[in-house]
Amino acid sequence: MIPGAFDYHRPSTVAEAVTLLADAGEDGRVLAGGHSLIPMMKLRMATPETLIDLRHIDELRGIDENGGTITIGAMTTQAEMIASGLLADVCPILRETALQIADPQIRNLGTIGGNVANGDPGNDLPALMQALDAAYVIAGKSGSREVAARDFYEAAYFTALQDGEVLTAIRIATPPAGHGWAYEKQKRKIGDYATAAAAVLLTMSGGKCASASIALTNVGDTPLFAEAAGAALAGTDLGADAVNAAVAAAEAIAEPAEDGRGPVDFRIKVAGQMVRRGIARAASRAS
Amino acid sequence: MSKMHVKMTVNGKPVEGLAEPRTLLIHFLREDLNLTGPHIGCDTSHCGACTVDLDGKSVKSCTVFVAQANGAEVTTIEGIANPDGTLHALQEAFREHHGLQCGFCTPGMITRAHRLLQENPNPTEAEIRMGISGNLCRCTGYQNIVKSITAAAEQLASMKEAAE
Ligand SMILES: Cc1cc2nc3c(=O)[nH]c(=O)nc-3n(C[C@H](O)[C@H](O)[C@H](O)COP(=O)(O)OP(=O)(O)OC[C@H]3O[C@@H](n4cnc5c(N)ncnc54)[C@H](O)[C@@H]3O)c2cc1C
Ligand code: FES
Ligand code: FES
Repeated sequence: MIPGAFDYHRPSTVAEAVTLLADAGEDGRVLAGGHSLIPMMKLRMATPETLIDLRHIDELRGIDENGGTITIGAMTTQAEMIASGLLADVCPILRETALQIADPQIRNLGTIGGNVANGDPGNDLPALMQALDAAYVIAGKSGSREVAARDFYEAAYFTALQDGEVLTAIRIATPPAGHGWAYEKQKRKIGDYATAAAAVLLTMSGGKCASASIALTNVGDTPLFAEAAGAALAGTDLGADAVNAAVAAAEAIAEPAEDGRGPVDFRIKVAGQMVRRGIARAASRAS
Repeated sequence: MSKMHVKMTVNGKPVEGLAEPRTLLIHFLREDLNLTGPHIGCDTSHCGACTVDLDGKSVKSCTVFVAQANGAEVTTIEGIANPDGTLHALQEAFREHHGLQCGFCTPGMITRAHRLLQENPNPTEAEIRMGISGNLCRCTGYQNIVKSITAAAEQLASMKEAAE
């Protein structure tokens, strides 16, 4: 499978990348780790005429936390997310989720930015970003803007990114100490996208759930922020009624397609089950 | 579209060539450099037979454009043996412990294991299995591959101890 031909550019600053992208017009694309784009180009589902490789732009890499905000550069690889001691301390669900993406070789090149910008509902990080209420920092010719992950996804492969824009970083409010977390993913084998997956974050206070946030992967055209599912838990002691209500609320918004991973009804139930397991594990980790 | 001039260091030696940017690294290695050790199994980023080291990290070279690898350091299975031509401990261990049957996955498997043992010289069985989870083998059932990598890790550790 040979991809279509393209001109290749390797800028070293975001400003240069944005200029190159503007010059390339609608047939230009940025190339991050290439582990979604190159397979699509091999199938000729994508035929960009200009590729702008972001891998050598230092300002797009790195992870830090400052004043209660975690900032992760778009070109930080999934392997770097897993290796980060800082993330393991302040927001361990990022590591737990990244470890369930593909396999070691793919995570060495695949980036956080490519994973969230791609717009494939199978990607694992977008739902997590919705659960964390992350913001995407986006640079274009006319400056920089931020879009909430919960507002970013429009349909499969359609996002709020406009032609000529580059995602530069992801910002996440550091979750409170003692929060509970879990990313539960059912997949057929390593390297498979989710049959269904759920990201669950919650905080506990005096034996009651003070807040909860839940989002679903690969059971719709976009990642799904399950607002009602989280709301069903808040203020409860996470007893069976509350958990059943949250599971039912998550299943109610799931609209998966039938594919090799199973029929629609099955995948909806798997989504519910991932939410159920996620709540239990997140609660067991909360203090 | 026009070809570009690419330069890289492959198995410690500087190499250069003319290639279209869209050329996949695996094709450049096999067809331009005649390094036919790394294999093409699936061409869809699943099997790991094409695994090489790119700037010190394992990657699937069927999913890297030669343009991305311009200027990089690449190691293939041809660069794993000891400088005097004797087999590397991993290669010996695969032979000794029957870590291959048809051999198709073996170059990628050993190149991946070679990097894994540099990242984690003393892996548990579970860490080995996770470490090679991007490499498929249709023959062995993995059991003897895990055994080979474990044995090589022990051998490398005792060689290191002896040298100290
Ligand atoms: C075999 C296999 C299994 C996989 N399994 C999983 C899995 O289980 N879960 C999962 O989540 N993913 C999986 N992936 C996908 C993988 O995580 C990709 O790395 C990821 O989806 C895309 O990231 P990338 O850096 O490789 O981006 P690319 O492939 O380089 O880019 C993807 C798209 O995003 C755009 N883009 C990239 N970066 C930016 C940016 N900074 N600004 C604007 N646009 C940008 C590109 O133009 C392109 O359209 C798998 C991939 C393979 C090959
Ligand atoms: S040929 Fe590259 S992963 Fe199979
Ligand atoms: S030995 Fe035949 S595929 Fe692994």
